[in-house]
Amino acid sequence: MAARVITITSGKGGVGKTTGVANLGVSLAQEGNRVIVVDADIGLRNLDVVMGLENRIVYDLVDVIEGTARLQQALIRDKRLPELHLLPAAQTRDKTAISPHQMATLCDELRQQCDFVLIDSPAGIEQGFQNAVEGADEAIIVTTPDVAAVRDADRIVGLLEANGKGTPRLIVNRIKPDMVRRGDMLATEDVLEVLVIELLGIVPEDENIIVHTNKGIPIALDGQSPAAQAFRNIGKRILGQDVPLMTLSEESRILDRMRRLVGRG
Amino acid sequence: MGLVDKFLAREPRSKDIAKQRLQLVLVYDRQVISPGLMRTLKEDIILAISKHLDVDASSAELSLSRSADCHRLILDIPLVRRERRV
Repeated sequence: MAARVITITSGKGGVGKTTGVANLGVSLAQEGNRVIVVDADIGLRNLDVVMGLENRIVYDLVDVIEGTARLQQALIRDKRLPELHLLPAAQTRDKTAISPHQMATLCDELRQQCDFVLIDSPAGIEQGFQNAVEGADEAIIVTTPDVAAVRDADRIVGLLEANGKGTPRLIVNRIKPDMVRRGDMLATEDVLEVLVIELLGIVPEDENIIVHTNKGIPIALDGQSPAAQAFRNIGKRILGQDVPLMTLSEESRILDRMRRLVGRG
Repeated sequence: MGLVDKFLAREPRSKDIAKQRLQLVLVYDRQVISPGLMRTLKEDIILAISKHLDVDASSAELSLSRSADCHRLILDIPLVRRERRV
């Protein structure tokens, strides 16, 4: 059976797409799936670094599309997991090096070889974004709980629907429960009220992510910290499992809200 | 401010301000047709209709209406009756 191709996008930069792709890739692979993660941020590649695979890049996405290399030469197997591969971006080119159509063709080829293709979209709404979504079956939007990020996410929701990608699901990243409790940070339910899309998961702010990224280890690999657990839970939800939201301080109200939103579906 | 004043005059929480600002900015962002495009559309439409009918261009109005299932472009343009010549 052909893979599900999922693009992780956001609009706003720096909200956690790349970290999300790395950790969701790990989580899905931990559940026994064959996963290929693709860095579509040509010119500003980062997925390799977040995964700690930067020293193993020989060929990249653009090489494969241009025919300089075969797909198998470019794919990097993450030795920490049985079936997790990275297709890195090119660093010395830019988003115009490939077309959305070419990406879609590549996605079709990738589909035959795994269970999940996760595409790390660049920030923005220009060609990089178009490249990243063209071949996708579904999309996940990552946002942080702040005005600028949510505003950009809203634009992306509209663009995805206009591109025939259906309604995306949402990850709210970098929630700080104490700030939410004090009224100094938007709560997940505030974000949902505005975006009105299905919630896939909440990832709390977690210093351990910085520590792990420094070392090039996706936190979902071995961390027991809240963010690691959150990513693993989101991985399971992508697989269709009904995993309740973690106990963060705003939890029970969110649960009710989420159930109501999904019920409206 | 005295302690009691502080207690009573509670400032709005920053997240409530954020939420309000967000909702407001999205009203503008979500407009399907920009104000500039509306103006252009209005001119073009009046021009097109004027080829076939006499209209009162100065009283014409083009507006956007948003219902649950779709957006509608609504044109309200008075027709001018030709004076009969005797």
